[in-house]
Amino acid sequence: MTKSDFTPNEMMTIAASRALRNEDVCFVGIGAPSAACNIARLTHAPDITLIYESGTIGTAPDVLPLSIGDGELCDTALTTVPVPEMFRYWLQGGRITIGFLGAAQIDRFGNINTTVVGDYARPKVRLPGGGGAPEIASSSQEVYITLAQSKRAMVEKIDFYTSFGHGEGGDHRKRLGIDTKGPTLLITDLAVWKPDPETKEFTVVSLHPGATREMVQETCGWTVKFAEALDQTPPPTELELATLRDLKARTDRAHKGA
Amino acid sequence: MARFVPLPQAVADNLKDGDSVAFEGFTHLIPTAAAHEAIRQGFRDLTLIRMTPDVVYDQMIGMGMARKLVFSYAGNPGVGLLRRLRDAVENDFPRPIEIEEHSHAAMANAYEAGAAGLPSAIFRGYRGAELAHVNPNIKFVRCPFTGEELAAVPALRPDVTFIHAQKADRKGNVLIEGIVGIQKEAVLAARRAVVTVEEVVEDFSGLHPNLTILPHWTVAAIAVVPGGAHPSYTHGYYARDNAEYLEWDRIAADRDLFGDWMERNVLRATPEDFARRVEKLRVAR
Repeated sequence: MTKSDFTPNEMMTIAASRALRNEDVCFVGIGAPSAACNIARLTHAPDITLIYESGTIGTAPDVLPLSIGDGELCDTALTTVPVPEMFRYWLQGGRITIGFLGAAQIDRFGNINTTVVGDYARPKVRLPGGGGAPEIASSSQEVYITLAQSKRAMVEKIDFYTSFGHGEGGDHRKRLGIDTKGPTLLITDLAVWKPDPETKEFTVVSLHPGATREMVQETCGWTVKFAEALDQTPPPTELELATLRDLKARTDRAHKGA
Repeated sequence: MARFVPLPQAVADNLKDGDSVAFEGFTHLIPTAAAHEAIRQGFRDLTLIRMTPDVVYDQMIGMGMARKLVFSYAGNPGVGLLRRLRDAVENDFPRPIEIEEHSHAAMANAYEAGAAGLPSAIFRGYRGAELAHVNPNIKFVRCPFTGEELAAVPALRPDVTFIHAQKADRKGNVLIEGIVGIQKEAVLAARRAVVTVEEVVEDFSGLHPNLTILPHWTVAAIAVVPGGAHPSYTHGYYARDNAEYLEWDRIAADRDLFGDWMERNVLRATPEDFARRVEKLRVAR
């Protein structure tokens, strides 16, 4: 396996995993965040606390759960609490350092739509809805978001504000009485983005190996801002890549019931 | 006072057309057998309540049993969308369905308020979230002590709650272990509660003192249905049938395929079929 032999999706998961610290208490959204959080735990952050909304606290699954409530999560957790307690004491109580979310649609201010495409009353596509995300977005100390870039997903205007990011930018969160930081990091399959300190618009700060400014712009529905000092994301290490591929292989076998 | 009865009787005695009903389970312990019995008995105009409506609600909605859905996440977790629900919302097929949509935090608080005998739940939520603009049951109140603006939703009080649990003792006390979800609150919030269990044991003496136990006098009826949560799972008994959840996406995508599947696997099936479905998924005990 050579270091350059990796997919953009693998780079996305690994770049997202690097953002997490050993001390974090992370509320894990299903899908892409779940893979990133577990790669962090299996590489540089072995003591990270992963929490899933089914009530499992400090879980360490051997395979990625298909749902947020697979038995694996409970079997390997420090403790499992009822769902109301999860949302009241642990999330609303301010114990979560990072809420890690995916998104069907996102705008430049990190507002997320997972509810509908089109009109709410008469949608073109009825998506699953918010689940835990509306309060994860407002009660976690910070929010990280990860998704693969496409013009369908990264849009000028989202169809529905499922989870509030920075609203219209600037101090919009503060004006609504939300005192948490909101989205502070966006990791895509092409780049790492951070909000501008003033406007809160997500700005590309680091391009993944092989990604260009043009590729980022072509797969994004708004005019992308790039940082003046643009970094390059270090490629996956052999350990990171091997850990991710082993985890995916174990997970595929388990979900097919083999 | 819990009575041990066969599942068809437990459903017939406690559910009626037009009821608001919660078949609760948070990925774990979903009362599939009870939902399938309700489908066979053909109830209409139900208000279906559940935080995470998944495959069984997709089935009930696809069979035209639901007038309204109260929910906070309607998806096939890790797989995708609920295609029968989509057909109902997007195309009114097989009938139009009314939607009352919340967040998980709101529904969890609303069940807890129901269990606590309160009229509403107060919590810090829905800030900047657009659901507050499309759901008239989301309001905001001011804390009388700090002035902080907080979200309020009405308490959930289902006519009936169905849950699945590991075991009951001879008296009808019910034990739930693992991911306990929202079931205790959903049972205590409901006017009537029906429980399906994997097995009945003599008594619960000698167990850990802090287990989640529903006293027999909080439950109307108990039916013994081994495997009754499949394709969901019962912690300590059998694993989640993830392959079946993946397969559901294909079945539910097509109206005819769905109808045929329901005919063979639900309408012409019995509660006893569930034990066979989990044979390969049994875990060592």
